[in-house]
Amino acid sequence: MCLAVPGRIAEIFEDHGTRMARLDFGGIHKTVCLAYLPDAVVGDYAIVHVGFAISRIDEASAQETLRHFRELGILEEELGEVADHEYAPPPPCPIPS
Amino acid sequence: MKYLEEFRDGEIAQRIAAEIRQITTRPWAIMEVCGGQTHSILRNGIDQLLPPEIELIHGPGCPVCVTPLEMIDKALAIAARPEVTFCSFGDMLRVPGTDRDLFRVKSEGGDVRVVYSPLDAVALARKHPEKQVVFFGIGFETTAPANAMAVHVARREGLRNFSMLVSHVLVPPAIDAIMRSPTNRVQAFLAAGHVCSVMGFWQYPPLATQHRVPIVITGFEPLDVLEGIRRTVRQLEAGDARVENAYERVVTFDGNAPAQALLEEVFAETDRAWRGIGVIPKSGWRLSDAYADYDAEHRFDVRDIRTVESPRCRAGEVLQGSIKPTECEAFGRECTPRAPLGATMVSSEGACAAYFNYGRVVQLERVVSA
Repeated sequence: MCLAVPGRIAEIFEDHGTRMARLDFGGIHKTVCLAYLPDAVVGDYAIVHVGFAISRIDEASAQETLRHFRELGILEEELGEVADHEYAPPPPCPIPS
Repeated sequence: MKYLEEFRDGEIAQRIAAEIRQITTRPWAIMEVCGGQTHSILRNGIDQLLPPEIELIHGPGCPVCVTPLEMIDKALAIAARPEVTFCSFGDMLRVPGTDRDLFRVKSEGGDVRVVYSPLDAVALARKHPEKQVVFFGIGFETTAPANAMAVHVARREGLRNFSMLVSHVLVPPAIDAIMRSPTNRVQAFLAAGHVCSVMGFWQYPPLATQHRVPIVITGFEPLDVLEGIRRTVRQLEAGDARVENAYERVVTFDGNAPAQALLEEVFAETDRAWRGIGVIPKSGWRLSDAYADYDAEHRFDVRDIRTVESPRCRAGEVLQGSIKPTECEAFGRECTPRAPLGATMVSSEGACAAYFNYGRVVQLERVVSA
């Protein structure tokens, strides 16, 4: 139940006095409680746990992390490390794409 | 899907793994606290990308696994009552109690329902005033805000037919207990990113300092987990013991303030028994006195519960990281996800189920491509 997934806020509304939202998880829509993200707006991405949005995803941080991941590789290439660990033929990648 | 695929890139994963191999000079034992991370590690083969010096010890962060047997038996007793509609997260239905599980209660005529959100249970109470609707409120700091809101809404609306059986557990006291154990082997922690999305990570610097242990807030996608491990190893190799946030797009230092405010109102700290581990002081939440009327343990008399654990199940040792699931004699034989002896084989977040489902049925040779 902790395997939370990110969804995009598609619509915000009230139900019995509680702030709710409809979220789009890559085409699957679910109604979740938005009471804990009072500042979230339509278009934001949020992490959802057991029907509750508990954290907004920070786009700038996400991009920063991805940039850092890419740099990790670049740095290695500059140091010539990739040549030592040459993946030819590349090992089968265990990460499903 | 946005924020998923980018963090599952196989080529970048290989590069982070290569850097981990490059900076590792000696053996290190790192615990991933959260069962969600255990699941991600085994599903994505991250354990097999690491150098042989790095051992991942799977932590107790599976809420289904650590819910004490006594609480399961109380749930079974309440769910069997004719006036009760018993609502739970789906994972809990197959967790073995002393002599049956919630599925058995349901098959024997009990009104047991799986809900996605605790608010669904509140909606049932609204719709069926003639029934006593009970929600099984378990989990870590991640599910607690949802459970707190359900009780809060029920009280606001005066729903006298709603109550909650609460068995909440907390991560920081568990980390403290693990580090204090005389048999502890853990040298660093990957802290559970989603727990920290609620609570922030202001609770962790004193733990890192006191126990001289690196704590890295880590997410769940393969690149997140690898990055958490990379930063942890870097600290270990440098002799550092700091708190680092490797999940910045979701976690802030302060966490979710409105959620923490409601948790403070609805719950109160309590000593809590962890299944397979024992009582850890102040490691759980119960309903606060203001919400005591909504406590299912008060509403239904469940005091005379006698519990007996299966003598063949070694889940306690698995949860404490002292054995791997495959070292248990019952693993994959008399204990499988279809017929589990213990809770660690039930939940997808349980280490035994993850080992079984992702083919670690026999101890695999580690793949070292360096």
